Amino acid sequence: MDHAVTYKNNQFYLEKDIPHPAGSSTMLGFWLYLMSDCLIFAILFAVYAVVGGNYAAGPGPKDLFDLNLVALNTAMLLFSSITYGFAMIATQRRNVKGTLIWLGITGLFGLAFLAIELYEFHHLIHLGAVPQRSAFLSAFFTLVGTHGLHVTFGIIWLVTLMFQVGKHGLIAANRRRLMCLSMFWHFLDVIWIGVFTFVYLIGASQ
Amino acid sequence: MSHNDHHAHDLPELDETPYHGTYKGYIIGFVLSVILTAIPFAIVMGDLIANPVWNVLALIGFAVAQIIVHMVYFLHMNGKAEGGWNLLAFGFTVIIVMIAISGSIWVMYHLNTNMMPSHEMEAAF
Repeated sequence: MDHAVTYKNNQFYLEKDIPHPAGSSTMLGFWLYLMSDCLIFAILFAVYAVVGGNYAAGPGPKDLFDLNLVALNTAMLLFSSITYGFAMIATQRRNVKGTLIWLGITGLFGLAFLAIELYEFHHLIHLGAVPQRSAFLSAFFTLVGTHGLHVTFGIIWLVTLMFQVGKHGLIAANRRRLMCLSMFWHFLDVIWIGVFTFVYLIGASQ
Repeated sequence: MSHNDHHAHDLPELDETPYHGTYKGYIIGFVLSVILTAIPFAIVMGDLIANPVWNVLALIGFAVAQIIVHMVYFLHMNGKAEGGWNLLAFGFTVIIVMIAISGSIWVMYHLNTNMMPSHEMEAAF
């Protein structure tokens, strides 16, 4: 990105605008968005850390969490991460069909993750462990629910991009969008590492 | 759409995929992630570490290791991406996250332990 710029005496502006090709700063901008999203999750983790022990004489993590289910959920998200990686490799090779197939598989893993999470929430609510039961449950549902909401929007975005790629092919704009969703999707898996470690594993072992 | 296409033809073709993933990279990342996930689950489900402090420290250690694996192999983060700005922004975020989380725990812990129980508070006045 080195552009020859000539300065004259007493001139404090550029004579020609430095070229900004379409999308040249999208990746950095999207990365900054992810970092700010990271701060949202940091605050939710902090809230969980502070009030996560206030059970209000209600059920605690040991009574509620089923680690087999969490392990299954973690596996779903991890599989979806590698299948998205394969979709990106297909994109680099300009393979429309391969991209669509891997994106579809990624979406199915994402849906499986959501289905398991909704099953877990349904089970907790059925037990009476609702968000308004205790500060611990409020913080739990907010943190895990916000992550689940991100995954939901990720799936909507993924399906939208499948239609875009199917209609317009792997044009530069679509490749850029696929890169952004790739960062978003892997970022959600990183957040999930924090969730299963701090909420489920540490919660269940105390 | 047509607007974007027009620009794409007008301007020199960008290398808009600066992070070229490879099957090898993704599979290495995946295998490492599976290992770094399986061990902490085994520790908790099998009650492998009796000491609660070491237990939590081990779990956090595996989480940090897996986050680094994801950052390197899946998000392709390195010192060169976007001229180093990615790494710089990430470092800044880590600092802010650490301050927010450890600061909250620290302050609220002291607030809880120094808080006068309500019956003593009545006696004091």
